[in-house]
Amino acid sequence: MNGRSLPLIIFLALVIVLAVGLKISDKKTQIPSPLIDKPVPEFDLPVLAEPGRRMTWQSLLGKPYLVNFWGSWCPTCRVEHPIVNQLARLNAVYIVGLNFRDEEPDAVAWLNRWGNPYDVSLVDYDGRVSIDFGVYAAPETFLVDSAGTIVFKHLGQLTWEIVETEILPRVAAMESGS
Amino acid sequence: MKLKNIITAFLALAVSLSVMAQTSPVQEPLVFENQAQQDRFDQLTKELRCLVCQNQNLADSDAQLAHDLRREVHDLLLTGRTNDEVKQFLVDRYGVFVLYRPPVQTNTYLLWIGPLILLLIGAWILRASIGKRSEMLATGSTDNQNDPND
Repeated sequence: MNGRSLPLIIFLALVIVLAVGLKISDKKTQIPSPLIDKPVPEFDLPVLAEPGRRMTWQSLLGKPYLVNFWGSWCPTCRVEHPIVNQLARLNAVYIVGLNFRDEEPDAVAWLNRWGNPYDVSLVDYDGRVSIDFGVYAAPETFLVDSAGTIVFKHLGQLTWEIVETEILPRVAAMESGS
Repeated sequence: MKLKNIITAFLALAVSLSVMAQTSPVQEPLVFENQAQQDRFDQLTKELRCLVCQNQNLADSDAQLAHDLRREVHDLLLTGRTNDEVKQFLVDRYGVFVLYRPPVQTNTYLLWIGPLILLLIGAWILRASIGKRSEMLATGSTDNQNDPND
């Protein structure tokens, strides 16, 4: 009896292990960010195509905003871009474009071609600020509340579903709370 | 003639690919103040994971982010940070996943004691089956149910 059921038990255990593995396989490369509920990293960056103008993390305090990391070298950013454009048309949240590891003329041409949804575009040429944000793949998107705390992060391409289920409800909650 | 065309095509492709990337200056070699610092750098970058190609460490990876993170580790070492401080810098940004040697904490218990549990289960199964076999030998019965002459 015991000897007969052992293979079955092993088989069922294997099924469970493999099923869990399949379920989390698409999330396996996604690392949970340690920055959630932490203050936004400090930065002081030049504004794209506006020589001499800079912006700091302090100047963004007081309103919720979205930080969208992108580069003209990033094919997935191009795929994601219509969603960001669509979100910008709602005027629901202030959107900061963070152009990193890119060349300015390429970035400007890219925005002219595919549309500019950003309320402001900042330039992180050497990628140091993106390291402070723990960015390791583009695009990555962070939602920051008016106190400067990161409340949500999305790794990879934004979809309209994520905008509707994760971002807009959080923004609405912040607006009603303040 | 044909070969020349092929070579031209390859060169054109190579140029167009490099245009897509950032025109970063040639990666300047990282300079250290002394050999001990260099050794610590080598050891640290072997223990830290490249986030882009997750099965490579920072020392081996040629991804842009790995270059940037090596530069970061280098700069931190030069400002006199300890190895633990350098690791903490990266853990604060990327989580414990950057460490190839994960710390013992609540969500890694299974990782650390899992192999031991499997070993114990294996030992238990082995003991049970050996016990059963010797029991059969001792009683001398070969259990009629598997007798081909039946």
